[in-house]
Amino acid sequence: MRHLLSAADLDAAEITEILDLGEEMALVQGRPVKKLPALRGRTVVNLFFEDSTRTRSSFELAGKWLSADVINISAKGSSVSKGESLRDTVLTVASMGVDALVIRHMASGAPLQAARWFAELGLGVHVVNAGDGTHEHPTQALLDAFTLRRHFRAQEPRRGDDRDLETFAGRRIAVVGDITHSRVARSNVALLTTLGAQVVLVAPPTLLPAGVDGWPVEVRTDLDAVLGEVDAVMMLRVQRERMSGGYFPTPREYTVGYGLTRARLGLLRPGAAIAHPGPMNRGLEISADAADSAGSLILDQVAAGVAVRMSVLYQLLGGADEGGALR
Amino acid sequence: MPHVTGLEDTTSHARQVLDADQISRACARMAHEVLEANRGPAGLVLLGIPTRGVPLAERLARAMAEVESTPIPVGALDVTMYRDDLRRHPTRAPGRTEVPVSVDGAVVVLVDDVLFSGRTVRAALDALGDLGRPRAVRLAVLVDRGHRELPVRADHVGKNLPTRSDERVSVRLAEVDGTDEVTITGDGA
Repeated sequence: MRHLLSAADLDAAEITEILDLGEEMALVQGRPVKKLPALRGRTVVNLFFEDSTRTRSSFELAGKWLSADVINISAKGSSVSKGESLRDTVLTVASMGVDALVIRHMASGAPLQAARWFAELGLGVHVVNAGDGTHEHPTQALLDAFTLRRHFRAQEPRRGDDRDLETFAGRRIAVVGDITHSRVARSNVALLTTLGAQVVLVAPPTLLPAGVDGWPVEVRTDLDAVLGEVDAVMMLRVQRERMSGGYFPTPREYTVGYGLTRARLGLLRPGAAIAHPGPMNRGLEISADAADSAGSLILDQVAAGVAVRMSVLYQLLGGADEGGALR
Repeated sequence: MPHVTGLEDTTSHARQVLDADQISRACARMAHEVLEANRGPAGLVLLGIPTRGVPLAERLARAMAEVESTPIPVGALDVTMYRDDLRRHPTRAPGRTEVPVSVDGAVVVLVDDVLFSGRTVRAALDALGDLGRPRAVRLAVLVDRGHRELPVRADHVGKNLPTRSDERVSVRLAEVDGTDEVTITGDGA
């Protein structure tokens, strides 16, 4: 594998390799000189057909801290707004001689399609999926696992000191909210399950995707009952831009049923972690009390995003053209 | 550390050049030399280059602490990301960098097992420069086998070992390999 397209493509050893290297990269974040020369002379293009703050900026920082040249192309302000096709856009960028394309697109499968076009044409460009439609967002799942791993190890330093399968074994992690439209949920289900954790999906029936029965997860609809049973709760953003309406009666009713309100904080186990991939709809799926509480890992997730993306870029681009966990 | 690993077959043409006692005496002598050159332990920081530079640095620090009855800061400096041959191999997993105290204004002693081309030391100097600005940088190696490709020399050497460039020098240390010895392997060795 020369691309990172799906969290489901990674086995436990590959995930551990990426997370361990992420820990080394995190040390660079804390240095006065935030720069490693590893990707000097390599070029990374962020090709974003959808809006993004943290994913795009953290890929940009990740590339720059590894000394790669990074440019950002967004749909607005590029030829995409003149009607250029996806194929023409990615092949145009790839033909300039770049080494990696980090793609975010509203269509599920767009990065995979780009990788296939590159393979057909014999172009050696690496593709990283930075979120495609409702399909996957693998680097988000990696940074979530990185953040949870640190949290669990801090709680139980002796357990699974360097073995992720031990760290995650028996852990129950609730993923709450708009599962249907969530690529974060799909990538996390794949990754956390590979690491041996039990994922509990919690959502109103209207926001559970067709076919969820076949996923390796437990599906629940009563958030209050789940909160006391889990080691971490991951709140998903209500993606109003992907909804055509009718998934829940009113935002107020969604919050009453599935928001992590101040009252629900008391139902969590002591030491349970609160995560959210961002951007948050404060007051809708997560209250300010929860987002800013002591158990909240939300800003740790953002910091982890840069370290994990440095690790991914290094795995793809750091060696001779074939090498590393993401070969 | 080209041509230096603990994994090579030593049964054919391997000749031992240092045994455990000789390694121990070389470390003790180097520890004294470092202290003498620095006129005491003030400002010293020992940084081993992974893999086998790290246990060597720890041994030197222990020996120096015994002489001076004061702990000497010791850590690890990984140079993988700074290597000039990164692109010529499959992606390498970097080792750990652990620097116990600020290197700003310190006298940093880089410690490695074998000095050969000098490229690892060049990478280490670059890595160190990103961590701070030491007052001085010294180099201590257990074995200097010659064949430099860069203008680098060691300040403290456990053993000067004349070799041919096609020979392999293997350093084994108890902390990593379960035994202490230095061998040289190659046709006619």
